[in-house]
Amino acid sequence: MPETPEHNVAEHLANVPHSRAVGMKHIFDDDDYCEIAISYADHLVGDPDTGVIHGGAITALLDNAAGMIARPRDMPREVAAIATLDMRIDYMGPAPVGRDVHARAHCFKRTQNVAFVRAVAFVDSPDDPIATCTATFMLGTRNTPFEGKS
Amino acid sequence: MKILQELRDEGRGQDLTALLEHIPYAKFLGLEVEQQGREIVTILPFADHLVGNVNLPAIHGGAVGAMLEMTCVLQLLFDTACERLPKTVDVSFDYLRSARAMTTFGRAIVTRQGRRVANVRAELWQESRDKPVAACHGHYLLSPLD
Repeated sequence: MPETPEHNVAEHLANVPHSRAVGMKHIFDDDDYCEIAISYADHLVGDPDTGVIHGGAITALLDNAAGMIARPRDMPREVAAIATLDMRIDYMGPAPVGRDVHARAHCFKRTQNVAFVRAVAFVDSPDDPIATCTATFMLGTRNTPFEGKS
Repeated sequence: MKILQELRDEGRGQDLTALLEHIPYAKFLGLEVEQQGREIVTILPFADHLVGNVNLPAIHGGAVGAMLEMTCVLQLLFDTACERLPKTVDVSFDYLRSARAMTTFGRAIVTRQGRRVANVRAELWQESRDKPVAACHGHYLLSPLD
């Protein structure tokens, strides 16, 4: 499938304010896998004594990687959005201080309405994860501005 | 954790606002905390850098998840005399509604506290507490074996 702006993960990361603020960068993506990463940064630290990155930053990274692969590539972003239904994260250990953290997500099943995704966060190799994640996403949710009360 | 010990030594062991001041990621999000009796409420004022969907607009699921996790940890620190920050073992998030461009509030309850592991539930809401935007339950390691 040709690379179009809708499918450009790097551009998407640069345009989403929270992704940009956390410092997410595109590593690679294809039809089945998406890998993004964050660089170690002082504002991401969760434990000031050890300098270890906060679990919340890993959560954001995994959520973003999983969401990017959940969306079918032929579904234009302006027509349909995706919404995280649920996400479970297991933390295997702290992210080593000073190192980039990668998240690699794989969509292993997509139905008409729901995408099922697994993702791992790692530093050196996805075989040695610091966190793993299972998530489900609703596809084709509303993507028009809210008006009035929910 | 040295920060916790320092705050305790200063008689501010339960001053969670002072603790948040020392956690860079909490400051990055802009998280605040208020004590209401034996419960605490976390408050996340809306800010542009939290946005995950610019069209709606809605707060990023990662920021929502981070707030839920911090709400659990803060309630745990408030309820127990942990010597260090509890470590998340696993956490399961339910995203119930879009978190919109407004202030988000959070509450947690420690459902079981064992010697080494605690089970904690948390919920976030915006306009009304009976319309939660997200919930989570997680397991936290209190005192890892050295």
